[in-house]
Amino acid sequence: MLGLNRKDTAILLVVAALAIFAPIILNLFPARSELAFFNAGYPDLMQRFVIFGIFAIGFNILFGLTGYLSFGHAAFLGVGSYAAVWMFKLLNYNVVPAILLSIVVAGLFSVVIGWISLRRSGIYFSILTLAFAEMSYRLAYSVLTPLTNGETGLQVYTDDPQVLMQAGGHIVPHLFGLEMRAREVIDVGPWQFVFPVGYYLCAILMLVSFYISIRIFRSPFGLMLRAIKSNQTRMTYTGLNPKPYTLAAFVISGMYAGLAGGLLASMDPLAGAERMQWTASGEVVIMTILGGAGTLIGPILGAGTIKYLENVFSKMNEGLLHKWFAFLPDWVESPVIWVVSKFTGEGWHLMLGGLFMLVIIALPGGLVEGGQRIMRLFGRKPKAETRTSTEPAE
Amino acid sequence: MGILEVKNVNKRFGGLKALSEVNLSIAENSVHAIIGPNGAGKSTLLNVLVGKLIPDTGSVLFDGQSVLGRTPYEINQMGISRVFQTPEIFGDLSVMENMMIACFAKRDGAFTMQAIGSMMKERDIVEKAEQMLDSMNLADKRGMHSASMSRGDKRRLEIAMCLAQEPRLLLLDEPTAGMARADTNNTIDLLKKIKQDRDITIAIIEHDMHVVFSLAERITVLAQGTPLVEDTPENIKGHPKVREAYLGETQVAA
Repeated sequence: MLGLNRKDTAILLVVAALAIFAPIILNLFPARSELAFFNAGYPDLMQRFVIFGIFAIGFNILFGLTGYLSFGHAAFLGVGSYAAVWMFKLLNYNVVPAILLSIVVAGLFSVVIGWISLRRSGIYFSILTLAFAEMSYRLAYSVLTPLTNGETGLQVYTDDPQVLMQAGGHIVPHLFGLEMRAREVIDVGPWQFVFPVGYYLCAILMLVSFYISIRIFRSPFGLMLRAIKSNQTRMTYTGLNPKPYTLAAFVISGMYAGLAGGLLASMDPLAGAERMQWTASGEVVIMTILGGAGTLIGPILGAGTIKYLENVFSKMNEGLLHKWFAFLPDWVESPVIWVVSKFTGEGWHLMLGGLFMLVIIALPGGLVEGGQRIMRLFGRKPKAETRTSTEPAE
Repeated sequence: MGILEVKNVNKRFGGLKALSEVNLSIAENSVHAIIGPNGAGKSTLLNVLVGKLIPDTGSVLFDGQSVLGRTPYEINQMGISRVFQTPEIFGDLSVMENMMIACFAKRDGAFTMQAIGSMMKERDIVEKAEQMLDSMNLADKRGMHSASMSRGDKRRLEIAMCLAQEPRLLLLDEPTAGMARADTNNTIDLLKKIKQDRDITIAIIEHDMHVVFSLAERITVLAQGTPLVEDTPENIKGHPKVREAYLGETQVAA
């Protein structure tokens, strides 16, 4: 189907089904029950799942295929967000020009950063990208205040030009009149399912991005990218120039990041400099590795897992812990809560760090490898995913 | 005039004169061996030929065109392929994928952006890769992870990849280093067959005299960065200067 072989079509269909039915799958527990705490089917979170999915899919084209580890991809995400908000300020709240411009601007920005950073490989490349992203963050935070509105963040004001705005036009982001924040709420018995417009726009774009990434993986270009990771010496002595291939991969992944940034701004028309901070760049690295770098579906799994855990663990407060551990005798309960509270709420990053270490040590291939091991355990033939080692390029 | 003309090439590394006044002419469609004791400058010369090193003075002409100042991939696209001492292959990829990369490099040049079409639907590439694997007896290892093959198979794959590019000059850097005698003989037979089947010039750097005397039509002896003699194998064997400089130190296997 669509020029894919049977296995890839199956993967695409599974991801499509998950995306379409996410509002149901993620709200497994009745709305008023105790376990509703673990539900994730509300618009803001579902949008973040797919937006960061797009970010990680793009990052995987660079890191998973060529092995070049960029620590600066959040800069492209941030640039995309700024571009989108500027479109809202100058034209109107339609998301189409905003999303298109965010991809274009991030693409141009990544040509410049990539062209310079790719003069080095391995760890020096990573450090160069990190430095560029940090520079972008600092510039956005202070020097470029007229463009970025500094620490307040860029947002739309009533006195902005908005030249395409008609009287009585929409005052929130919309797709030709369809407001992003509009939603359909369906109650089935005690269950409640929310179907938001914004989420479905993001999901469709995520599926398109995923489809393009599968095509890239299976193309001659994708083969060359894997050749770069495997052996650059053989590549040059086979008459191939690795430079333009790596730069093309860098720019493509930068454009994916720009799309993700544009979507973030389209869901909530605000762009702040902290989106470009190095922790945001680190997050996409963790997502990709946690899911399985170099695999097709890994980045999506990684992005979903991290955003879900972030949501669940960061909202566990001490009150909730007291309720959960109430069955313990007091002298046990206090120390247990003291320990657990360090890993939840504000401290959920500690949890993430631990989980990341566990996966890297036990499952170097990420969640995809975990899935394959389980399949093998049940005597099924594992999916022969085209994944290779996760070491950065030399 | 030969297909490869090296004239007055000098190369210094700090105080060490690695190559001094090297003149070498390799005739088209010949098998030319370059031998010499350790430190004679064989590898330096090879690195000059493929563009990895730029000599201080002198010229290197391939088919009348200078190779100096060109990058290794440009020189490769001119028609010079190199086989390494330790086989350099794409270890993470399958044997078939290795072959296909070489076929793509031949068809599409140093860089082409084909990001959407499926590589398995490039019929001509797939067929050519399969043919090459077949002719090298690697067809049954098609789907194998190439890093997990034996050293002999890796060597054959590397040679196959070079041949897929239809080079006019094939450079081999000690192709039998570290091989058992049986594997060495197989490699000799393979190279003989390659020579028989096509118009190709082969330049070979080798330590193993058995390999050199079984293959070479001309031999250049390099010592201390400068060519000592160049002659046919028969004359080289008996040459007093060569015996003194080189063969005298080694057991002659032939």
